[in-house]
Amino acid sequence: MTTPHPKSPVRRLMQAAVPAVPYLWLLVFFLVPFGIVLKLSLSQTASAMPPYQPVLDLSAGLAGLSAFLSGLSLDNFVLLMEDLFYGEAVLSSVRIAATATVILVVIGFPFAYAMAKAHPSRRPLLVLLVILPFWMSFLIRVYAWIGILRPQGLLDAVLIGLGLTSEPLGLLQTETAVLIGLVYCYLPFMILPLFATLEKFDWTLIEAAGDLGARPWRSFRKVTLPLALPGLAAGALLCFIPITGEYVIPELLGGADTLMIGKTLSDEFFKNRDWPLASAVAIVLLVIIIGPITLHRSIELRRLEQAR
Amino acid sequence: MIRRFSGLDATVLTFGFAFLYLPLVMLVVYSFNGSQLVAVWGGFSTRWYREIWQNTQLIDAMWTSIGVALASASLATVLGTLAALALVRHGRFTGRTLFTGMVYAPLVMPEVITGLALLLFFVSLDVGRGFWTVTLAHTSFTMSFVAVVVQSRLVAFDRSLEEAALDLGSPPVRTFFKVTLPLIAPSVGAGFLLALTLSLDDVVIASFTTGPGTSTLPIEIFNKARRGLSPEINALCTLMLAGVTALVIIASLVTKARSVDGKMLEV
Repeated sequence: MTTPHPKSPVRRLMQAAVPAVPYLWLLVFFLVPFGIVLKLSLSQTASAMPPYQPVLDLSAGLAGLSAFLSGLSLDNFVLLMEDLFYGEAVLSSVRIAATATVILVVIGFPFAYAMAKAHPSRRPLLVLLVILPFWMSFLIRVYAWIGILRPQGLLDAVLIGLGLTSEPLGLLQTETAVLIGLVYCYLPFMILPLFATLEKFDWTLIEAAGDLGARPWRSFRKVTLPLALPGLAAGALLCFIPITGEYVIPELLGGADTLMIGKTLSDEFFKNRDWPLASAVAIVLLVIIIGPITLHRSIELRRLEQAR
Repeated sequence: MIRRFSGLDATVLTFGFAFLYLPLVMLVVYSFNGSQLVAVWGGFSTRWYREIWQNTQLIDAMWTSIGVALASASLATVLGTLAALALVRHGRFTGRTLFTGMVYAPLVMPEVITGLALLLFFVSLDVGRGFWTVTLAHTSFTMSFVAVVVQSRLVAFDRSLEEAALDLGSPPVRTFFKVTLPLIAPSVGAGFLLALTLSLDDVVIASFTTGPGTSTLPIEIFNKARRGLSPEINALCTLMLAGVTALVIIASLVTKARSVDGKMLEV
């Protein structure tokens, strides 16, 4: 870069402000709050305000700090490990997120594949139609399913009308309802990365495979699938990560027995008012998703490098 | 040609779009249901739309939501654009790794964690919770989305135009406002719209960071939806769907559908 101007102090200050302003903001509103969650997860509940202890007393100086540090303990994490309820919530979140992701792949792949095969002039409209629900409120889309899945709701009426079933299914407040809601809300997140990969796909490769005598299924498995894998992985992780911590969908569509860790966190905080335990649950949730997040990051970085 | 759009593909797309849109269509249809019972069809009526208009609680919540969304999206657009400039233009600076991590983390952070962390932060500062705490919370999670959108534009940016301006003696700040900003304006605008939508949509972070007396529209809808269906909420949701659809159509006409393509979701 050419810099014809001598660096004046004012200019240097402006230059430094570009990273400094968002940096400071993120330190204050992102890093510090996380430090507080971490600290609180090592504290104990107290029937006081704030409802936890120890409280760091800076006015007491070094003595206050050492008293504070000795008050921290891993008790919350021991409780989370020992109480079967929390272990079950963790397992059930991961199981529900994994099941939903598999269903999303099964529905999303043929959909993105068909979109990529559509005429190039039609594709912008198809993409817009997939994105449109994403711009519409998440909450409204979940809410719409209450009317469909409730007892004597639309789904029951249609199924009974068609003679497919004689009794109401009563799907609302079951795990099935949660899975339907998850698949419905996260489908665009699966379709779009997949479509982005498949759109650039070189279809002559399939022709070549066919000319060399590969049957359609074999060329799909040996050519299409490996080339679509980065998009598939990106989409799957983009769904799996937020679904694991999902709160709104299990709260609205699930029943009391549908355990998900995001709901556990919220219940511990708002219903039981156990702030330290809720913080410990947040740390556990972070530990669960950190692996998938790192994987997602490395896939995205590789994609960016390939694009260059 | 192997690459033929077959009948099977048409069927897949038809079923897929039916799955995506039928629930919303049913919601719209039932918002015009005259019956008090949500499950029974009581003839066409606009009764629930009139009732929303008289529900001051909902109207107040709507104004709060709009205020929070406009304030947080504006702040987030400034901060997110600065963050994107820092990431793309400022090669190495102290703590760059930490900075990159903090910009990207909110994109994948579960909302319950962000909400909890910010609430605990506000409690420890002992500030009164309400409009401003929700606005600050929304700013800090939406600025990351703005940063990603603007960043993708900056990476593809032709710097020779800036260099030409600088060579001709234009001061850097002026160059930024006269050359750089107009060129990245579509992505800054797209980032603002995204931040606006995310803020209007959020229920989890808002419920954590709000205080007594302040409620956003999603919080009101969520609390009603927990107790089951309500014809008023059907009507309200229909109005919101109509609003978003109109906005998206206008935006895509203005930007010729270019700025709303796949980039939006590549996070």
